[in-house]
Amino acid sequence: MNPYNYLYVAGLLFTIGAIGVVVRRNAIVVFMCIELMLNAANLTLVTFARINGTLEGQVTAFFTMVVAACEVVVGLAIIVTIYRSRRSASIDDASLLKR
Amino acid sequence: MNALTLLGLLPLLGALLVSVIPNDQVIRIKQAALATTLLVALSAILMWFNFDAANTSYQFVQVAEWIPSFGINYAVGVDGLSLVLILLSVLLTPIVVLAGWNESEGGRWSAKVFYILILVLETMMIGVFAATDVFLFYVFFEAMLIPVYFLIGGYGSGERAAAAVKFLLYSLFGGLLMLASIIGLFVISSKNGGATFDITKLSEMHNYMSSTTQNLLFLGFFIAFAIKAPVWPLHTWLPDAAASATPGTSVLLLGVLDKVGTFGMIRFCLSLFPDASKTFTPIILVFAVISIVYGAFLAIGARDIKRLIAYTSISHFGFITMGIFAMTTQGHSGATLYMFNHGFSTAALFLVAGWMISRRKSSTIADFGGLQRVTPVMAWSFFIAGMSSLALPGLSSFVSEFLVLVGTFTRYPVAAVIATFGIVLAALYILIPVQKALHGPTTPGNENLADLNLREKIAIGPVLAVIIALGFYPAPLLNVINPASAHVIESQGFSDPLPSEGAGK
Amino acid sequence: MVTSNSLVYLIALPLLGATILLLAGRRADKWGHILATLMSASSFAVGLYQLSAMLGRSTEERAISQKLFSWINVASFQVDAGLLLDQLSICFVLLITGVGTLIHVYSISYMAHDENRRRFFAYLNLFVAAMLLLVLGDSYLNLYVGWEGVGLASYLLIGFWNQKPAYATASKKAFVMNRIGDMGLSFAIMIAFATLGTVSFVGVKEASHNASQTALTAIGIMLLVAATGKSAQFPLQAWLGDAMAGPTPVSALIHAATMVTAGVYLIVRSNFIFDAAPTAQLLVVIVGAITLLFGALVGTAKDDIKKALAASTMSQIGYMVLGAGLGPAGYAFAIMHLLTHGFFKAGMFLGAGSVMHGMNDTVDMRKYGALRKFMPITFVTFGLGYLAIIGVPPFAGFYSKDLIIETAFNAGGAKGIILGGAALLGAAITAFYMSRVMILTFTSPQRWDEDAHPHESPILMWLPMAILAIGSVTSGFLFARGDALAHWLQPVFGEHGAEHSEEHLFSPIVVSAMALVAVAIGVAIAVIKYQLSEVAATAPENVSIFTRIARKDLLQDSFNEAVFMRPGQALTRVLVKGDDVVIDGAVRGIGRTALGAGSALRTSQTGFARSYAALILIGAIALIAGIWVVTQ
Repeated sequence: MNPYNYLYVAGLLFTIGAIGVVVRRNAIVVFMCIELMLNAANLTLVTFARINGTLEGQVTAFFTMVVAACEVVVGLAIIVTIYRSRRSASIDDASLLKR
Repeated sequence: MNALTLLGLLPLLGALLVSVIPNDQVIRIKQAALATTLLVALSAILMWFNFDAANTSYQFVQVAEWIPSFGINYAVGVDGLSLVLILLSVLLTPIVVLAGWNESEGGRWSAKVFYILILVLETMMIGVFAATDVFLFYVFFEAMLIPVYFLIGGYGSGERAAAAVKFLLYSLFGGLLMLASIIGLFVISSKNGGATFDITKLSEMHNYMSSTTQNLLFLGFFIAFAIKAPVWPLHTWLPDAAASATPGTSVLLLGVLDKVGTFGMIRFCLSLFPDASKTFTPIILVFAVISIVYGAFLAIGARDIKRLIAYTSISHFGFITMGIFAMTTQGHSGATLYMFNHGFSTAALFLVAGWMISRRKSSTIADFGGLQRVTPVMAWSFFIAGMSSLALPGLSSFVSEFLVLVGTFTRYPVAAVIATFGIVLAALYILIPVQKALHGPTTPGNENLADLNLREKIAIGPVLAVIIALGFYPAPLLNVINPASAHVIESQGFSDPLPSEGAGK
Repeated sequence: MVTSNSLVYLIALPLLGATILLLAGRRADKWGHILATLMSASSFAVGLYQLSAMLGRSTEERAISQKLFSWINVASFQVDAGLLLDQLSICFVLLITGVGTLIHVYSISYMAHDENRRRFFAYLNLFVAAMLLLVLGDSYLNLYVGWEGVGLASYLLIGFWNQKPAYATASKKAFVMNRIGDMGLSFAIMIAFATLGTVSFVGVKEASHNASQTALTAIGIMLLVAATGKSAQFPLQAWLGDAMAGPTPVSALIHAATMVTAGVYLIVRSNFIFDAAPTAQLLVVIVGAITLLFGALVGTAKDDIKKALAASTMSQIGYMVLGAGLGPAGYAFAIMHLLTHGFFKAGMFLGAGSVMHGMNDTVDMRKYGALRKFMPITFVTFGLGYLAIIGVPPFAGFYSKDLIIETAFNAGGAKGIILGGAALLGAAITAFYMSRVMILTFTSPQRWDEDAHPHESPILMWLPMAILAIGSVTSGFLFARGDALAHWLQPVFGEHGAEHSEEHLFSPIVVSAMALVAVAIGVAIAVIKYQLSEVAATAPENVSIFTRIARKDLLQDSFNEAVFMRPGQALTRVLVKGDDVVIDGAVRGIGRTALGAGSALRTSQTGFARSYAALILIGAIALIAGIWVVTQ
């Protein structure tokens, strides 16, 4: 199969993720869209590793996964905390960064 | 250990000593600081005696690797020019400590911090003049700002914080331009025979630069120095800083730190970029002449005595800059001697003005009046310092000012002629405050001002003695300066203009 | 040249005196005046010794020099601290120390009640030292040191009573106007170094033989500027009248006998330059002629006895400058007039001081009158000086002034007639205003206030006056007899010195006769106007416009104020304002711009995470698009 097709899928996934981040308000959904983008990047890395016949891309993909896992832990914790204190998971409500 | 490095370390050791004295023993702190600075001054004088004036290369040299991957060394050494400036720095520091015995009071922090800052500053001053590695020079050049910033902002008066920030931003701006030029030099040197920051090796690099590159790098250095010196129109930080700082800090600021600017013009601008220097000479002379006249007019119009002294300095720095770029031995020697003499005459003016202000609790000239009758010794000290500032023959500044004028006249008569008008303006800007503050009837409220006490007399005495002695016998300094000046002129490919007629015909 | 190592004592003694008195402070109050007088007198003694030694040598070896040390030595600019004593400088040395010592003696009594007498004597000694340096320096730069040194002493002494703001202003004015002249001297030295490569008298003299006329003319004109400043010549004359704020002995010593004649010394000393630069020489005579009339006219309108004498000094120095500008024929006569003037003018100033001393320090001559009876010695000594200045034979001024008038007439052509006519007219006016001073003070009916008790001054004051009066009587005859002074000075002026103009417009007898007629007319007018008619005790107000202008010193101050002072002050104000608004404003503007930009951009930070994300996305897309476009 033409490996470039994987890249098209990755591009599609990334676009969906990016649009999701910008358009959706719910923090959980935004979070999942970020994961989508990360995985799109992972897919690209693996694909290029395949195309070039080297291992670096795959190794990097593992790194990304680890980082993504950590991020999920921290991120979900923050979201849950915010939800507990504000009864809302909308990220537009949490605009305290302004001050 | 190398004598020069030792000299530079001494004040740091003193600072260490001061830092272990308990905070409440203020007298001990002051004594320790004074003893250290005196020791440094004595050591420097010893060095002066051991200096071989006939030898134009660097002496007391020490080179040690610092950051080898960039070719950066700890490299120090002195020639006639830097020796004179180091002498100036270390002679003025103990006088400043003694004269400003109570300056640390009323500051934001303790006396201990004040003296540590002064001592650290002294190390920096020695380092900046002694460095023969451009990167090391830059480090000292910038690091020097830190103690001065805290001295102005922490111990000054009036809008001290604003003045300190203004001073810092101005200097940093120039420093960054210089850093860019230094990186440029580094790139060029690494392409041509290995990365180095050694001033002697770098002075060969102009052969590998296009004229545009050279001009740009020159400007980076020159603007930094023109801010330091200060040359019109980059001068506005000086009056604010001088008016807000304590008198002692002002002495170090105007007397020594600003000299880094004019020193740098000779040491770096001229020797690293000889062709660019020639290109820019006419413009720089114009700015120098404007500084002379402009500073004088502003001094005439000044109402605050500290600002007045700052403006006179702008005028004097114009003379120094003019002498440097006139490219004659007389101009150069005159400019170097002027740096030394200006240090002393400004020190005298500032110290006496400081005492006047601390007694009267005002720095407005019009608030004084008739001091000659109330406080004769103080009035006389101010008068002699003022006479030195207006370059009265027989006092030290005259020798240097006249050398600058004569040296400039032989190559650039128009600039010298305009600058000479400055001597009439000088008479005005000194005699107006003399008349207002010292002469006339005693202004009410001044009848009981105290004259100088013994400590103050001991502080001002040597300064006035140097001013008078060097006026009659400048040879001890000129002998050191002349070979260095002749060397610079020669290495720039210049020779003094011959008399246009007479002997040759 | 013969070298000596005793010249330095001439200067060192008074300098030592000044230093001791200034450093010792109040401790020296008791003996300060005596020490200062002794120092001045011993300097005079050294001068006499040098004169006798000089007389003992042959003409060629009379000039002696002393090199003290190398002063400024930078590459080709070499100036030694060196002294030169020749026939010209010995005249000055003796005048300065001689008259100086007499005035020291006079001041002991005159200043007896001033609590700062010690300081006064310190300044006097400082002045004597500086003035000696001026005339003994062997190069223009050494002369410059003395030149500004006497300026400093003059500043200190004019402002001796500087608690009065007007006096403080007068001293400042004198210093600043002198500085303008000093600038001329600076230029002269710079031009000399740039063109001739040396600034010593000997070196410049040698080099001037080969130098172009342009260079020499430039140097000459600049030297003339210097001379006009120091000698209160047109157009830098305005300070002298105000300088009378100083104590009267100062006016006698500095502003009559010695310092103000330094300009004449400078011109005569630079004879080799002026001889080779006719244009500069012409300017010298023009300045001299204008000033001698200017001073004389001002003198006619002054009621202040010291200001009248000051105007007279200005006028008499005009004669000297005129003489010096007439070239080799006139140098010796200029110096002769300078020396005789030193005697009679110093004597008259001391006389004026004596009158003021007896009249509660009143200086208004309209409040004097009939003092002849109360102050006989002052009257006689002043009168002898008066006869000398108006040029009655055989008193000193007759010889010296007559010779200048004669030389002026002999300058040739229209120039000679104009200059001679001006000098003659000046002589007539001099006779008028000096007679006016004499009559108003001594012979007219008394007009003093009730509380005045005129009395003769003590011996310490009248003795110097008497000695100077003897000089006023005899010096002219002694100098002129057999051209004694001209022969003595001739080696200084080189071979030109002996050259006398062959063509005489008028024979000496005719000139003398004309001068005497002019003097007689002047005296007669004064007698009719003041002796034979009533004099008001206050100056009349309804006088002609000319009198009013003359009272205001021919508007010299109004002119300076309108042309220099006020525009200068306006410029200063504009620059001070401009520095704050424009230059510092620009700097502050940069700061404000940064702050403003910050607060403007701050509003874009909404705090909405999604808008940040959108911005990041847009940025990334823009970046990729940019790269794509560039690499395409």
